[in-house]
Amino acid sequence: MGNTTAEPLVNIQNLTFRRGERVIYDDMSMQFRRGKVTAIMGPSGIGKTTLLRLIGGQLKPDSGHIWFDGVDIPALGRNDLYQARKKMSMLFQSGALFSDMSVFDNVAFPIREHTKLPEEIIRMMVLMKLEAVGLRGARDLMPGELSGGMARRAALARAIALDPQLIMYDEPFAGQDPISMGVIVRLIRSLNDALGLTSIVVSHDVNEVMSIADYVYVVAERRVIGHGTPQQLRVHESPLVQQFLQGLADGPVPFHFKAADYAGELMELKD
Amino acid sequence: MLDKLQQLGAATIASVQGFGRAALMVLGALWGRPRFVKAWPLYIKQFYVVGVLSLLIIVVSGLFIGMVLALQGYTVLSKFGAEQMLGPLVALSLLRELGPVVTALLFAGRAGSALTAEIGLMKATEQLSGMEMMAVDPLRRVIAPRFWAGVVCMPLLALIFNAVGILGGHLVGVDWLGVDAGGYWSAMQANVDLHEDVLNGVIKSMVFAFLVTVIALHKGFDAVPTSEGISQATTQTVVTASLAVLGFDFVLTAVMFGG
Repeated sequence: MGNTTAEPLVNIQNLTFRRGERVIYDDMSMQFRRGKVTAIMGPSGIGKTTLLRLIGGQLKPDSGHIWFDGVDIPALGRNDLYQARKKMSMLFQSGALFSDMSVFDNVAFPIREHTKLPEEIIRMMVLMKLEAVGLRGARDLMPGELSGGMARRAALARAIALDPQLIMYDEPFAGQDPISMGVIVRLIRSLNDALGLTSIVVSHDVNEVMSIADYVYVVAERRVIGHGTPQQLRVHESPLVQQFLQGLADGPVPFHFKAADYAGELMELKD
Repeated sequence: MLDKLQQLGAATIASVQGFGRAALMVLGALWGRPRFVKAWPLYIKQFYVVGVLSLLIIVVSGLFIGMVLALQGYTVLSKFGAEQMLGPLVALSLLRELGPVVTALLFAGRAGSALTAEIGLMKATEQLSGMEMMAVDPLRRVIAPRFWAGVVCMPLLALIFNAVGILGGHLVGVDWLGVDAGGYWSAMQANVDLHEDVLNGVIKSMVFAFLVTVIALHKGFDAVPTSEGISQATTQTVVTASLAVLGFDFVLTAVMFGG
């Protein structure tokens, strides 16, 4: 496996993953190209976060390959997996900041864990990362004192602390007010381009995703139902893709949860 | 009948699986070269949180238990004119039984429940996952310092409990009820054996320390990451740890002092 730019950084081949009896993914394949922002969209509850955990090696698929920079993640032993993880990072939905450390120490955490750099250099690195997300002034605050949007930005600074190749965003827009949403949308794009990252964004916020993604996969019913650039997707012929993109209440995904016949059930009550 | 049998089987399998996961957790935390040099601030912090902050409850309880022992013991002993045996009575009860056991129960309630809740919440807020994704092993980073803090601190707390309890006994027996001070100490000196009594008590509290700490860490690490799951895990820590301590106390007592 070479490091050529043509080679996708992450290549998922024929992935099948079950949780107990339930099949989450059935023979699914996806490619994430280097230097691009690739989005995975889909209705909630289809295991988008699960996919990120599979790429991160926290879960093992039942079958299939997940190639990351030339190594097959599910086949790695513990030490190799930890080595591979140093090249990727993940922004959790909750931010997952360590609540017993200040913002500064949170961002310094991966640097201190993985390098033996002197404290002055760590300070410089941390301040640079915090400046990039606009939180240099908040370095002495504790995570509990941050707003939701600020916490996510602080977590983002931590995620890029060691200049990873890959950064995975788990629902980065969920529960954000319009202003911090705009800030995060801009940050994802600008960090990706400025740092030469490869980004995977998992989200169901259609407009935000369509505005920054280079390529989009729409996942539903255990498989990819449509993929392409945002322009291609807007004219995609699949009714399911269109229902999702336009946010229609009824369509191939029914508004009603599976139930017995309505009239029949109402009559039953009378008896 | 078959249903009951099946439930019993399922419960047995579940608890054996629990033992397995707890053992894996401890092995994972202790495997490999310990990083005391780089991680010493973490260890200091946990020793403070787990050990030093438990001091107050241990000292106060020890004092009162010693005082009660002296009060109760005096009533019986004075009937036989054996008040001078109050010293050994207080010391032996504390060193052999009450010190290790009560310390372990208090420790489970004070530090054990806090450990479970803390780790459970770290799990629920994805801090443990986040650490894993940053290529930092949460077992080594989070579990190991807490494990050592619990295992080292609890026997020390039990010794402090004993010492304070003996002073409490002195307070009531000698200063209040008028037992001869020299008699209190010299009878204690003559009747308490370093090996038989003090050391066995320390061994007991080391076993309890391991039990309580591992149960607390395991329950937190295995908690269902919801608010309900964490509250259940915390309760389970206190209940399971207390029962384990009392059960093992009987076994250890039978082995050490029984024959």
